[in-house]
Amino acid sequence: MNKLIEGRVFKFGDNINSDIIIPGRYLIHIDPDTLAAHAFEVLGDDYPERLRGFDILAAGRNFGCGSAREQAATALIGLGFRAVVAVSFARTFYRNAINAGLPIAECPALVEAVSEGDAVSIDLEAGAARAGDAVYEFPRVPGSVRRILEAGGLAAYLKAHHRE
Amino acid sequence: MGMTIAEKILARTSGSSSVSPGQIVDAFPDLVMSHTATWRSVDVMERVGATKLHDPDRIAIVLDHIAPAKTEKHAADQQRSREFARKYGIRKFYDVDAGIAHLVLMEAGHVAPGDLIVGTDSHCTIYGSLGALGTGIGYTEVASVWLTGKLWMKVPRTTRIDLSGRFGPGVYAKDLMLHLIGRLGADGCTYESVEFYGAPMSEMSVSERMTMTNLAMEMGVKCAFTPPDAKTEAYLAERLDGRAYAGIAADADAVFSRTVDVDLAALDPMVACPSQVDNVRAVGEVAGTRLDQVFLGSCANAKYEDLAVAARILDGKTIDPGVRFIITPGSRRIMLEAMRTGVLQTLIESGGTLTNPGCGACAGDGGVMADGEVSLSTANRNFLGRMGSRESRIYLSSPATAAASALTGVISDPREIV
Repeated sequence: MNKLIEGRVFKFGDNINSDIIIPGRYLIHIDPDTLAAHAFEVLGDDYPERLRGFDILAAGRNFGCGSAREQAATALIGLGFRAVVAVSFARTFYRNAINAGLPIAECPALVEAVSEGDAVSIDLEAGAARAGDAVYEFPRVPGSVRRILEAGGLAAYLKAHHRE
Repeated sequence: MGMTIAEKILARTSGSSSVSPGQIVDAFPDLVMSHTATWRSVDVMERVGATKLHDPDRIAIVLDHIAPAKTEKHAADQQRSREFARKYGIRKFYDVDAGIAHLVLMEAGHVAPGDLIVGTDSHCTIYGSLGALGTGIGYTEVASVWLTGKLWMKVPRTTRIDLSGRFGPGVYAKDLMLHLIGRLGADGCTYESVEFYGAPMSEMSVSERMTMTNLAMEMGVKCAFTPPDAKTEAYLAERLDGRAYAGIAADADAVFSRTVDVDLAALDPMVACPSQVDNVRAVGEVAGTRLDQVFLGSCANAKYEDLAVAARILDGKTIDPGVRFIITPGSRRIMLEAMRTGVLQTLIESGGTLTNPGCGACAGDGGVMADGEVSLSTANRNFLGRMGSRESRIYLSSPATAAASALTGVISDPREIV
């Protein structure tokens, strides 16, 4: 996992549920590219193409609420997002993102400050995000859990560390 | 300092004498459930290169979504899950005939007060109806628990919900929960545990408690509890094979982060409107909304009591010819009971279409909606496109409101249909 993530922001509002991120009929897939091809398609014909070319997703409250489907995190990875910053996350999405190796941060002030296309950098090690001249701090993922993220996700972590 | 039910369960399963909110523990679940997602966990296990399970007896598998298979892909995925269960000697394996995982596991006696249960479904919170801490996780994490027996968990704060009064006629546990979701919001209890108390709890049936702890998920909870009592013990008396019944309760000096009061007598039948669970109105505000489909199903409201409530309203009557009324019993056992008592006969004679037990239309398996269509569902989610076209709309209600509305073809107040 890269500890410094830089790129352009795409912005969503509150309560983006996991049925919107990836509809249930595509859960027969687990491959990021296949999932990405259908991500957010309920929002209109211009999705998911409208989301391509961005690096960081900024969202409002309760991002990823609803179904515990892990593919909500995988689909975002398939779309090319390298981190998600939200005002708050639903707990199932929070866990799934860590287990998929997708960095996340709860940082309301950053979300409020940025607009679509803005350049943002996120320093996971420092727990700080930068947009323009402003720096926004956020709570880092707890140390024991960060190891999973740093391994690139739970499957990679298990492959490296699990001994039978 | 005293502990709440969630704190007690996380202390026991992590080998700690006490835990407090915010603390992260390594907990060893008593049961890990996976449903139709099982093959994905099998896939993870193979990619990791692992071949040994921590404890096959702590694993339960129920094939409930998209069951029976409707495409070759589904069939191959289910075959992979079956072969895994056979190869590793998973005795708590239930195939496509059984019904919705949550209901099947509780009926079979695999859920007891004080248990910690994780599974590939957000509505695992329903196990709190029997005093167990149930919470949803993804399929990779299920594979991890299969292999290691444990997972990290953050100890949640606990909100106490105090109930008073009695439901008026036509008002049920579903209406209470829709009221709470509307009042507290879809993230009103994010990462929290919820415990329900108050005089009405002793009268609340186990079926209603299941609806409560299931719907609590839609406020963002990690887990929810209706504290075990005589009703819980009676429900489990003939089910817990080989395990003695033992209740669990919060300590008298347990610390709750806040208390929310609800007077049941003040509640109307409630409806969640498109396309957010917390977009909740009293039924009168949306009465008259034209419907194309009514769905009586899901882990929230397709238990025997739910079907019986609908049958009482529909007895001897015929539904509106413009409505497709889909009935999906929650489990095989529920379907058999409803068959024996004549509830199914009443529902089918009224014009209903019976499907096999399982998740059904709630998960988009059958009963898919076309552009512009409107559905009233007894399930727990009304998200955009969940039941088909993104141009379709879903309302959520109790079985009574659903049955009354099937009769008239428009959203209707069950108190006005007698």
